[in-house]
Amino acid sequence: MIDKKNKTFRAGLIITGIMLLIIIIGAFWTPYDPNAMNGAAKWAKPSFEHLLGADNFGRDIFSRLVEGAGATFFIAAASVAIGLVIGLVIGGLTGWFGGWIDEVLMRIIDSITAFPSILLALVLIAILPSGKYNIILALGLLFIPSFARIVRMEVAKQKNLDYVRNAKLMGVSDMRILFVHILPNVVPVLLSTVAIGFNNAVLSEASMSYLGVGVQPPDPSLGRMLSEAQNYLLSAPWYALSVGIAIILLILGFGLLSEGLGGDGNA
Amino acid sequence: MLNIRNLRVKFHSTGKEAVKGISFDILPGERWGLVGESGSGKSVTAMAITGLIERSLVEMKGQVLFDGKDFLQCTRSQLRNIHGKDIGMVFQEPMTSLNPLMKVGKQIEETLKIHTDMSPEERKKLALEAMEQVGLPDPETTYNKYPHQLSGGQRQRAIIASAMIIRPKLLVCDEPTTALDVTVQKQILELLYDLSEKYGVAILLISHDLTVVRNLCENVAVMYKGEIVEQGSTEEIFRNPKDEYTQRLIAAIPKRKRHE
Repeated sequence: MIDKKNKTFRAGLIITGIMLLIIIIGAFWTPYDPNAMNGAAKWAKPSFEHLLGADNFGRDIFSRLVEGAGATFFIAAASVAIGLVIGLVIGGLTGWFGGWIDEVLMRIIDSITAFPSILLALVLIAILPSGKYNIILALGLLFIPSFARIVRMEVAKQKNLDYVRNAKLMGVSDMRILFVHILPNVVPVLLSTVAIGFNNAVLSEASMSYLGVGVQPPDPSLGRMLSEAQNYLLSAPWYALSVGIAIILLILGFGLLSEGLGGDGNA
Repeated sequence: MLNIRNLRVKFHSTGKEAVKGISFDILPGERWGLVGESGSGKSVTAMAITGLIERSLVEMKGQVLFDGKDFLQCTRSQLRNIHGKDIGMVFQEPMTSLNPLMKVGKQIEETLKIHTDMSPEERKKLALEAMEQVGLPDPETTYNKYPHQLSGGQRQRAIIASAMIIRPKLLVCDEPTTALDVTVQKQILELLYDLSEKYGVAILLISHDLTVVRNLCENVAVMYKGEIVEQGSTEEIFRNPKDEYTQRLIAAIPKRKRHE
């Protein structure tokens, strides 16, 4: 069992590692400028010159794919980070203090959960100007509840363990107990949630950009490219396929990582 | 030093009175055992003394006087000051009483960090001394170990070191040997005895096991259903138990089987 998990984890590590490597290299160097149009290359078929061909504006699809995967990855990672940090603080405070703090904060969390997540994200995007950073904000907000709930539960569990009581007895202040003693012990439980949350973020970014409220043209992201590619599904199937495969690989890598870490890997 | 006067603890949730007006005194350097079965209120008493009881969940009456100060009247920050400095505690479960993600040495010196303004070097020096005193092998290496790398007995020693490092006046031990092997139990009891003799720290030992109490404490209080039914010198009570419950408790100590 442990061996099987280890293999899963390793497979996830390899896939994610390769994707990350490509993304990092892509941040500094791509074969072509992802946004540069080239009339001569319009609808170029995949070749050594253009690995995945070129799109309707003659932009190199491979370069755009690398750049877009980077944008999607950044949005997913940043929104999970926002959800994680705020979730840790809210979950920590509610779990530790209970009482009215718990009631107030958790009811706010409940009200966020009450909306369908994509709808809430769309509303937020509608209020804020659309763009990369506002998607991060909207998605981050959506991720707070799941993290806050898990942290709250775990803090409430740790709160009654002897090491926490011992720290309390020693005269350690509440904040130090919470942030120095308890929260580090909660993080391992969160690892698989982080991986699952990351996958949800990739998918949400893709759906939002696909719907046209995410990353704005001409900048690429996986979701934007998918929505551009669908118009040419028959004439240039490699376009949509390559974007789809990139999304699958990103999610598969993190899914395997989370499963290897002990989560169930379900989104 | 510690005077408990007519202490009553009632849980709001069940409306049940777990401690029904108990009184006893612990003088400096005395070793007291508090014996009783599960649910007799002995652990609640310990928690009331150490202030670990969640005040919003219970109603407490009476007095818990420590050097003349009534704990029940103190604010939380006042309590924090007294508890860290003058009262230490050893818990039952050595598996959970250390933070699994913090080095043992750091945990032992944490009290110093909060209650003194020593430099990190001074703290480490005292921690190593304390580890030596409680018989932890090779303090320099153990200082940098994590709790899972220690055995149950060693963890219990580390807890004792962390409680003793600031030289408290009272050490409350809640079933400190229950989770340990019999051979280790004996070592820990001997260690507690030695420390109390050497540094004059008073010990309140909470236990369901009369033999453990008899080994360590010269005084004992027997609790039954929230009340102290009998208290006095351990030898006297063993020789001449007056209360019926105490008699049953003593009779329940397993005797060696006679050989046929």
